Amino acid sequence: MGCAMLADKDRIFTNLYGFEPWNLAAAKKRGDWDKTAKLLEIGQDEIIERIKASGLRGRGGAGFPTGMKWSFMPKAPTDNRPNFLVINADESEPGSCKDREIIRHDPHKLIEGALVAGFAMRARAAYIYIRGEFIFEAKILEAAVAEAYAAGLIGKNACKSGYDFDVFVHRGAGAYICGEETAMLESLEGKKGQPRLKPPFPAGAGLYGCPTTVNNVESIAVAPTILRRSPEWFKGFGNPGNAGTKLFQISGHVNKPCVVEDAMSVPFRELIEKHCGGIRGGWDNLLAVIPGGSSVPLVPAAEIMDAPMDFDGLKALGSGLGTAAVIVMDKSTDIVRAISRLSYFYKHESCGQCTPCREGTGWMWRVMERLRTGDADVSEIDTLYQLTKQVEGHTICALGDAAAWPIQGLIKHFRPEIERRIADARGGEMLEAAE
Amino acid sequence: MADAPHIPDEAETRVRWHDFAWTPENAKTAAMYIARYPAGRQASAVMALLDLAQRQVGAETRTQGWLPVPVIEFVAGQLGMPYMRAYEVATFYTMYNLAPVGRFHVQVCGTTPCLLRGSDDVLAACKNRGLIKGGTTPDGLFTLTEVECLGACANAPMVQINDDNFEDLTYDSMAAILEALANDQPVKIGPQIDRQTSCPEGGPTTLKEMVS
Repeated sequence: MGCAMLADKDRIFTNLYGFEPWNLAAAKKRGDWDKTAKLLEIGQDEIIERIKASGLRGRGGAGFPTGMKWSFMPKAPTDNRPNFLVINADESEPGSCKDREIIRHDPHKLIEGALVAGFAMRARAAYIYIRGEFIFEAKILEAAVAEAYAAGLIGKNACKSGYDFDVFVHRGAGAYICGEETAMLESLEGKKGQPRLKPPFPAGAGLYGCPTTVNNVESIAVAPTILRRSPEWFKGFGNPGNAGTKLFQISGHVNKPCVVEDAMSVPFRELIEKHCGGIRGGWDNLLAVIPGGSSVPLVPAAEIMDAPMDFDGLKALGSGLGTAAVIVMDKSTDIVRAISRLSYFYKHESCGQCTPCREGTGWMWRVMERLRTGDADVSEIDTLYQLTKQVEGHTICALGDAAAWPIQGLIKHFRPEIERRIADARGGEMLEAAE
Repeated sequence: MADAPHIPDEAETRVRWHDFAWTPENAKTAAMYIARYPAGRQASAVMALLDLAQRQVGAETRTQGWLPVPVIEFVAGQLGMPYMRAYEVATFYTMYNLAPVGRFHVQVCGTTPCLLRGSDDVLAACKNRGLIKGGTTPDGLFTLTEVECLGACANAPMVQINDDNFEDLTYDSMAAILEALANDQPVKIGPQIDRQTSCPEGGPTTLKEMVS
């Protein structure tokens, strides 16, 4: 699909880089909080229908249709069992840094989205769970929430709509696992962030046992614009089934790493050429790309170059869009070390609840470290692969899978490199012996 | 665990911190946090209160603070939750320090996106200034921790020192930051190169008319 370049008039996050202030007055000039009461007049079920029609898929990684998720919430909550909206701002997936930009530069888009989404799902309040390390961002978010309260935009009779809706900020304290939705609920309740077994799903029994929907920051922040500009407008970007605009976060070996909003399904090459000044050392120097944050398998250069950056296009390559955190690696990369470092990350972040993950992540990292130095036997590559299969799918949450996939991707695409290291290390030993 | 923090002896800690109580200002802040949660669900505020307590300990000791056992007990007591539940939270989340840290807590991100852009150089700059991973310098100034992804990957490599991010680092800029901090000189927060937040270096490729 030869996408024409996304025009600035079609960009949702118009203060992405913070060239303008984040505050309410500046946000209103950018079009936020413009007749929000009118948006609410669309009606709860109709808002959900329109979000469904827009084709918006969750921006937190899994890509579940957002409107459908909202529709799972009970239509008649009671006073002692209210509905809750929880907004996932625990952005911790290596490579991801988009929610941070929304919160520190466009927080009112998120707060307005919280009201619209919360109203549609008949929620009494929203809790925004922001990762603890976003200290500066949390301060801005708290200040923006206070501004919105003071202006009567949220709270009792929000925007004079007759609807009462509270927004609270909850700071995390450093735990990747709290980005998993049920771990987030545990953490919100003041416990260790260890994921819950599902079912019951949060829409049935979530925060404090009440019906709850957990949505990513970006999914919520785009909702008011979709309603203002129409679902058809949003659906006009991207390949079928992958609608909308998207914040891409490009890190690693490009000339100019950045966060940028572009149309879904933009080809990888175009994304990098247009916004990042190309691959460091030119396209021939590209080795591999992790296209969606650390949890998705890497894709070798030849396969990714002209691939569309969307959910289905990357799935077809055995990887995924995830959070659209694009980690680019050129040929100078020690690819085994790069993946081994991710294994260390998962070992560090395993919550320790399920044995396969708690023990397996440590095992996988230790074997990866030996493969990195070549201090291993070739048969251990297969042992490691088997080990990843014993972790994958055998844990309560997807952290086990996320720890397994990068290694599987490495073995699938770079087995000769691992074997070469082992042979080199062995060759060195034999030479020493001969001397 | 070899890299476990050295937790001070509990008897000493009790003597020093047995009478911990909020400052009047923090008491108000604590009440505000608790009010965010429904009645009977005040345990939800444990994370916020532990953070507040750590900051108060930090202010009293001129460091970045930590959580002595009596302080955790105080927070648990205020929220009406068993001490063990609060202790579980304090040990689960990495931002709670279980042992004292220095005046500057240097948290170097070493996860892959930063690794690719040169976090080794950043760590080398720390090492060459005498910082030791997992330890505090003898003058009590710097504690060095290698942390996992801090969510600023388009500005890698980065460190968080106390509450501030320093991004787009090199060996030299990291060394300069440490030097400035040690000498109580002002430092520039955010990207250390000529760049607006996560905008491409050299100027935006989008939304150009928004740039005034």
